[in-house]
Amino acid sequence: MSQKELQVIQAIEDDLFTFAEYDPQAAERVGYSDYSYWGSTLKIFFKNKTVIFFLVLMASLILFATIQPYLPGQKSPTKIHTDPVTGRPLQNQKPSSEFWFGTNVIGQDLWARIWSGTRTSLLIAIIVGIWEVFFGIFIGAIWGYVRQLDAFMTEAYNVINNIPTTILLMLLAYILRPSFKTMVIAMCATGWLGMARFVRNQIVIIRDREYNLASRCLGTPTTRIITKNLLPYLVSVIVMRIALSIPGTIGWEVFLTYIGLGLPIDTPSLGNLLNEGRQVMMAPNLRYQLIFPAVVLSVITISFYVLGNAFADASDPRNHY
Amino acid sequence: MLKYSIRRLLQSLVTVFIVITLVFLLMRLLPEEGYFGDGYDKLTPEQRENILRKFGLLDPWYIQLRNFYSSLLRGDLGKSIIYRPDVPVIAIIKDKAPFSIAFGLASIFVSLLFGLTMGITMARNKGRFWDKLWTAYVVFINAVPAAVYLLFIQLYLTGIKIGKKPVFPMLFSRGNPRSWILPLLSMSLGGIAGYALWMRRYMVDQLNQDYVKLARAKGLSNKQIMVRHVMRNAFVPMAQYLPSSVLLTISGSIYIESLYSIPGMGGLLVDVIRRQDNVMVQALVLIYSTLGIWGLFLGDILMAVFDPRIRLEKREGAR
Repeated sequence: MSQKELQVIQAIEDDLFTFAEYDPQAAERVGYSDYSYWGSTLKIFFKNKTVIFFLVLMASLILFATIQPYLPGQKSPTKIHTDPVTGRPLQNQKPSSEFWFGTNVIGQDLWARIWSGTRTSLLIAIIVGIWEVFFGIFIGAIWGYVRQLDAFMTEAYNVINNIPTTILLMLLAYILRPSFKTMVIAMCATGWLGMARFVRNQIVIIRDREYNLASRCLGTPTTRIITKNLLPYLVSVIVMRIALSIPGTIGWEVFLTYIGLGLPIDTPSLGNLLNEGRQVMMAPNLRYQLIFPAVVLSVITISFYVLGNAFADASDPRNHY
Repeated sequence: MLKYSIRRLLQSLVTVFIVITLVFLLMRLLPEEGYFGDGYDKLTPEQRENILRKFGLLDPWYIQLRNFYSSLLRGDLGKSIIYRPDVPVIAIIKDKAPFSIAFGLASIFVSLLFGLTMGITMARNKGRFWDKLWTAYVVFINAVPAAVYLLFIQLYLTGIKIGKKPVFPMLFSRGNPRSWILPLLSMSLGGIAGYALWMRRYMVDQLNQDYVKLARAKGLSNKQIMVRHVMRNAFVPMAQYLPSSVLLTISGSIYIESLYSIPGMGGLLVDVIRRQDNVMVQALVLIYSTLGIWGLFLGDILMAVFDPRIRLEKREGAR
């Protein structure tokens, strides 16, 4: 033992080794923690400067899209504007003080169409997103946890997953008229598959951990194990999926429009607008018809994506302190 | 393992059988007008009936189904009825598939190469400039729908000129390698972002693990730790996806092939469904679903090969 160590040991005072007096208040102080899961999650979430930026950006975008038609001086998204003198439609007008984003090939106001399209696309994305979350998690949890169902569900998943969505969409469009409703139904009918598989894989990973085994031995009912043991563990990964499902759904709507199975042309949506813009993109002076919808669309999807990721990070208890 | 593989393969036959039967029946539910395209109004009812009879669509559905399966068992996928009338489906696929497969494989290679390098760079510089820059790229590619950024790539990169000649031609042509670059780039952007994101997350997670500390304490060099331990572990989840993505390159990319007019398979399925070329639809669904299911299976096998801890069969004593 070196000289230095000896000194350290000698420096320890003896009264550290006497019994402490019992003090109930001090005991309380140690035992109490003001930790709350959602409280900490929100605290960490709002601490992030990028989050605040995108939150403000997205909130103002959604707010503006909602109140835009009630503002003074707004034009109808479907009205074809004509020249008051000649009576001819005002086609492909450049952005001006009259038409802020210009007009499209048949003379409709692009500004009004973009906001109307944003409302349509966001509404679809939110409805489909919510459905995907509830139904997907429900099916995924049962699929993952109940062993007897695994083979059957996997088989059903393989079958549904391999039937092209295009066929279902065409059948739906044939039975019902193509509209906002058919679009939402078709997307809900297949959108939950990815979510279900994702949740199932996560649950398979954790279902046999010791704490679940213990719960099962103590006779906890399956529903309770799923809702109290398994799903809370998965909050952060599930939140991430939800956040990604909204930009995903918007992208999907764009894709369906691209292959010609989107909403009818008289219902503006971001997919429709992008498609209209694509048709005139080879003329450099008409490119604004592609660029404006593309920019609005990208701002929306990027905001959701960034916020979702940040929230998923914040809701992971390992990042709490 | 062998018993397991055989069971999985037999299972896949059943799945494909159910899928293809369902698709067959669903196609029969579509309206008859669809078979005539735009010419519907010009035909007399007799002519329409003749055409439908020629396609064998007037028989009851179970006879149609029986005919379909009996020719399938003889190895005959049939002849296209509308897309390219009377051309065997196999010939059409032979015509188109090589383009899609070539571009698909090249893009997988490029994505792996750049994606993994990018992910490693990000993990090594966590929180610093390169990490932030590539994170911005990953977020952008993942968040913005492909339809948007692919259009802008074609629109603006084809405008780059050296002297008066554009560097990248607008459309694909087989004899001009320069026209291959943009489609390949466009096709790989998503893959690069995906692999980079995954690699970064995995590396950051793993580098703090005990086995890495132990390896370092044993005196292994950083390179050995990376290649033998971390990379091998990081590759396991990717191994699940690799076989399906390789097998499904045959289905092509719908956006990119139509943007650059590549005569590949992308969009073929959507196209034949819309034109109700039943024979083509059935053949394509058969091929894609078989490859998709086998891809999953091979992925599981590959995963077990890379990580011996993964057991595919039910373990003894497992509930």
